[in-house]
Amino acid sequence: MRPFTYEVPSSIQEATSRGGADAAFIAGGTTIVDLMKLEVMNPSRLVDVNPLPMLGIQMREDGLRIGALEKMSDVAEHPEVVANYPVISEALLQSASAQIRNMASIGGNLLQRTRCGYFRDVFTPCNKREPGTGCSAIDGENRMHAILGTSSSCIATHPSDLAVALVALDASIYIQNGAEERVMNLDDFYLVPGETPDHENQLRPGELITAVRVPRLLWARRSTYLKIRDRESYEFALTSAALALDLNGDTIRDVRIAVGGVGTKPWNLPEVRQALAGKPLKPETFAAAAKLAVNGANPLRHNGFKVDLVQRTIVRALMNLGGLA
Amino acid sequence: MEQATDSGPDCEGGSSRRQFIRSLAAISAGLTVAAPLGRAAIPEESIPQTAPPNSGSGLGLVRINLKVNGNTRRLFIDPRVTLLDALRDRLELTGTKKGCDRGTCGACTVHLDGRRVLSCLTLAVMAKEREVTTIEGLAKGDELHPVQAAFIECDGFQCGYCTPGQIMSAVACINEGHSGSEREIREFMSGNLCRCGAYPNIVDAIKIAAAKMKGEVS
Ligand SMILES: Cc1cc2nc3c(=O)[nH]c(=O)nc-3n(C[C@H](O)[C@H](O)[C@H](O)COP(=O)(O)OP(=O)(O)OC[C@H]3O[C@@H](n4cnc5c(N)ncnc54)[C@H](O)[C@@H]3O)c2cc1C
Ligand code: SF4
Ligand code: FES
Ligand code: FES
Repeated sequence: MRPFTYEVPSSIQEATSRGGADAAFIAGGTTIVDLMKLEVMNPSRLVDVNPLPMLGIQMREDGLRIGALEKMSDVAEHPEVVANYPVISEALLQSASAQIRNMASIGGNLLQRTRCGYFRDVFTPCNKREPGTGCSAIDGENRMHAILGTSSSCIATHPSDLAVALVALDASIYIQNGAEERVMNLDDFYLVPGETPDHENQLRPGELITAVRVPRLLWARRSTYLKIRDRESYEFALTSAALALDLNGDTIRDVRIAVGGVGTKPWNLPEVRQALAGKPLKPETFAAAAKLAVNGANPLRHNGFKVDLVQRTIVRALMNLGGLA
Repeated sequence: MEQATDSGPDCEGGSSRRQFIRSLAAISAGLTVAAPLGRAAIPEESIPQTAPPNSGSGLGLVRINLKVNGNTRRLFIDPRVTLLDALRDRLELTGTKKGCDRGTCGACTVHLDGRRVLSCLTLAVMAKEREVTTIEGLAKGDELHPVQAAFIECDGFQCGYCTPGQIMSAVACINEGHSGSEREIREFMSGNLCRCGAYPNIVDAIKIAAAKMKGEVS
């Protein structure tokens, strides 16, 4: 780990003024301490955001508000979250381990970095870590990599399970820059790699995520997160699906759906949603709609199985939630 | 993956092996490091530094108080030092183990303000003024914590390397209310890997300890 100074700001405004290209914020530290040890991230100043007033989980008129410093474990078990947005709770409980969930914050979770092995290894070329050096994964080991939203520069998946659930629910984040606050849709916040895979989202240096807002959606009470992985627990997704289902008898009135493990960002599926709306609750409907999820998929040598697996994941999630499983 | 061994209240196990293991377990359980615990905090002048302070760019050592197992320890450390390294290398509390040093194995699990966390991904400066509990702080004098006792009773280990982390995690798992079924125990203990594969016995030990701890409370 390279040397750094440790700084503790006393207000949100001070924190944003202390941020910058040479600095990094630290919340739970489960991403950044790891990547600093590997010398993948080398801030010369580490700004501890933990004392800042960014806590609270509240159900309000317009939806759910979660402070950026709330821990994954506390959000997962919060009664309002469990009751109103099971998909969020389930996505969190299937993330990492109990210890990591006790440490990791919601803001940090949304900003965690890819688990691409080449990104984490400073001795191999990687466009995301070092722009212009090339992508080692495209012709290398790419079993865990993305099939959607990839480019010739980078094929890394976004690893957050929570982000998949939040994108499905059309959540937004609050971003603070000095005295200024803006609200941004989370789906728009994340960027596909294109030619600039080092540019992962719309956060500018020094900006803080202060909170997440999930719109009120009464039928999100019928929602779920299905995660398929190499082992039963404590593993990143091969594929996953976040799903909310609005039923009218045996007819699907509406759905919200996004998938994980397959995209370079949490992958929202408005086409699948449209294909399901108004249709009968039947396995045949599900399979036809799930096909649309892999439109434009670009599988490589080791990750071709995800094309099929993600469709099955969607179908299974629909079966489970529709009571057909 | 279902356990094949007896899951009754007193985990049948070879008792001679159990006798033999008991002394090993004492090490895992942290009893033999009682001496450093009682010792006064290491004077900060004698503490080695991992890196020289770089005064030119304002980098340098930080003075902190670490509250470990009820004792306050004063440390003068580089902010790069993890809680794990501070415990093991500075405070000589070597019960907490370093497995992967990357957050993937759980061997370094300790409690911070009563919650289980990974000390390898926690910077020591960020633990200042908070209550740290390690495996050395679990027993009350000579009386083992029920989870420690249950691990010995059930042979919840082979080599013992993962054991302090397993035990710290198990205590929290029970306190959190996540020991209701075998399935739940396995899920909420998944952050603690055991290369020896002692999982069935670990699950048994947690079931027994959970029942005992519940009895003590009510
Ligand atoms: C072994 C292991 C397994 C894991 N498994 C999973 C899994 O299955 N699913 C999953 O989703 N995740 C998983 N994770 C990732 C984990 O969820 C993230 O590391 C964690 O959520 C990051 O949160 P943090 O608070 O620790 O972030 P930190 O490490 O403190 O910060 C992460 C990044 O966000 C920035 N940051 C933090 N807070 C803010 C803020 N408020 N505003 C602006 N910037 C900020 C930091 O500068 C840093 O760049 C795993 C991690 C490990 C180590
Ligand atoms: S996939 Fe992206 S992160 Fe991985 S090596 Fe290629 S450029 Fe780097
Ligand atoms: S040493 Fe901390 S998780 Fe492995
Ligand atoms: S007992 Fe050997 S690693 Fe668990």
